Amino acid sequence: MMKPIFRTVRALPLSGRIGLGLVLFWIAIAALAPLIAPYGVGTFVDEEVFSPASARLWLGSDYLGRDVLTRIIWGSRNTVFLALGAALMAVAIGTSVAMLAAIRGGWTDQILCRAMDTLISIPSKIFALVMVAAFGSSMTLLLAIAAFTYTPGNFRISRALAMNLVALDFVQVARARGERSFHIALREMLPNMIHPLLADLGLRFVFVVLLLSGLSFLGLGVQPPHADLGSLVRENISGLSSGALAIVAPAVAIATLTVGANLLIDAIKPGAKT
Amino acid sequence: MAAAVSRRSPLASLLPLIAKRAASAVLTLFLVSMVVFAISALLPGDAAQESLGQSATPEQIAALRHEMGLDRPGYVRYAEWLTDMLSGDPGQSYVANQPVADIISQRLPNTLMLASVTAVLSVFAALAIGISSAINRGSRLDRALNIVTLSLVAIPEFLVATLGVLVFSVKLLLLPSIALVSEDATWSETLRSMALPVFSLGCIVVAQMARMIRAAVADQLDRSYVEMARLKGVPFSCIITFHVMPNALGPIINAVALSLSYLMGGALIVETIFNFPGLASLMVNAVTSRDIPLLQSCAMIFCATYLVLMLVADVVAILANPRLRA
Repeated sequence: MMKPIFRTVRALPLSGRIGLGLVLFWIAIAALAPLIAPYGVGTFVDEEVFSPASARLWLGSDYLGRDVLTRIIWGSRNTVFLALGAALMAVAIGTSVAMLAAIRGGWTDQILCRAMDTLISIPSKIFALVMVAAFGSSMTLLLAIAAFTYTPGNFRISRALAMNLVALDFVQVARARGERSFHIALREMLPNMIHPLLADLGLRFVFVVLLLSGLSFLGLGVQPPHADLGSLVRENISGLSSGALAIVAPAVAIATLTVGANLLIDAIKPGAKT
Repeated sequence: MAAAVSRRSPLASLLPLIAKRAASAVLTLFLVSMVVFAISALLPGDAAQESLGQSATPEQIAALRHEMGLDRPGYVRYAEWLTDMLSGDPGQSYVANQPVADIISQRLPNTLMLASVTAVLSVFAALAIGISSAINRGSRLDRALNIVTLSLVAIPEFLVATLGVLVFSVKLLLLPSIALVSEDATWSETLRSMALPVFSLGCIVVAQMARMIRAAVADQLDRSYVEMARLKGVPFSCIITFHVMPNALGPIINAVALSLSYLMGGALIVETIFNFPGLASLMVNAVTSRDIPLLQSCAMIFCATYLVLMLVADVVAILANPRLRA
């Protein structure tokens, strides 16, 4: 079980390994946040605001005198898990609908394609803005918005993949055997699409992180007392002029997460030259 | 001679193909208008409540709602809105009490200026980066550019913008951190205040485009006709200009259109950071003040731009690819 994984990792180019390391690092931080955070997430630990790094506060204090390191550890939990959840939902919905479109063909395909084309032409941030204004920001809503926004993109890619597969002999044979559509989709087609779909999942993950932190930066995303990496940048924006660690550190955190994920996708992308 | 004769008739046979593509864009725009109308109906509160304020009694609100026709079923209001939009009248703004068309015509030039300056600069930069890294595939230059564009694609634009402000406005005191666009500003003032917004928007757009252009050109370079031309002894620059580029034109135009569509609605964050008086920040105001007609018009402009850009890209791809003409 572990051997093929090791083999894949060893086959990765250096940039891919760095990317994998960064992604695993952030997932571990997010998963272990309650264990590794040095202070309580809302505790005031320093009387000075925007204090520099010290042995006690590794990344200094934020605009209220809270520990920046703790804030980042907890913030990464929201960012990583929201984005991962939304990306998984987008890919699951997009791919299921795409396989339905490819298997049924005809009118079903036409209608689904038209619907997805409609959704894709609405700018994601604008859509999110209206949704947040209508329902008020909450974690569930952000998850739904992000999943919904990136479903059409995944639909396009997986429909193209599924269309190629549907024409192949083994799917035709399964059809002639009288297999149900569900069986054909799950057993015959999905295993042959899984590799490009994983790359697309990673790509959606990066998009969702960018969308969510952008929304949080505008004050529309994760609401206080909760925070994600984007809202950490926003709340410490007053430290910008002094170049405080409290604003640089969360910025670096977002960048390492998304750049790491992108490096990894670039390395495992089908057809990538190693 | 034969080529000249056969060139004219396929062009005529192209028209139905282009007409079909345009018809599908119009259909999508129609569907988009339904979605936009439905989404804007989700916003709590309506014009009647907004204009009467908090102290109004439910009876007063109901009366005004009846007077404004807001109590009619949704499809009737949609039909009315659509016919108004088609006749070029997007309605009256609830908040500013002036026609939506007037408000938009104040902001639209700013957005178009920001978008076109960014577009021109970034298309050239992206073409240069994309083509040079595709030609030198696997070289150190290609790998370095790959890492740079990869990182730029993954960095949120508010980071680029805030870092830009930190470096150019706070530390170096070179550029203003707020984009002041007014009619009496001189050209150099306008350019200076637009430098940072253009830079922030351009970073992500250039990186996206350059990656797609590199992929398109690299894909063509792998084809056997390139090998054939090389074996014939055609100079490499000729292969790129006359053999590869015409074939890569379709995907390149597609990449450019996709990235440019981002400059309209995607400029939301950059416009907010720099206080740029563009269409996206107008739409933010429309959402927060529940100005539904303004919101709907802005949303339709963004969606229509996307669809038009995609249509243009597809038409150019059809024109550039002789095989699609059959």
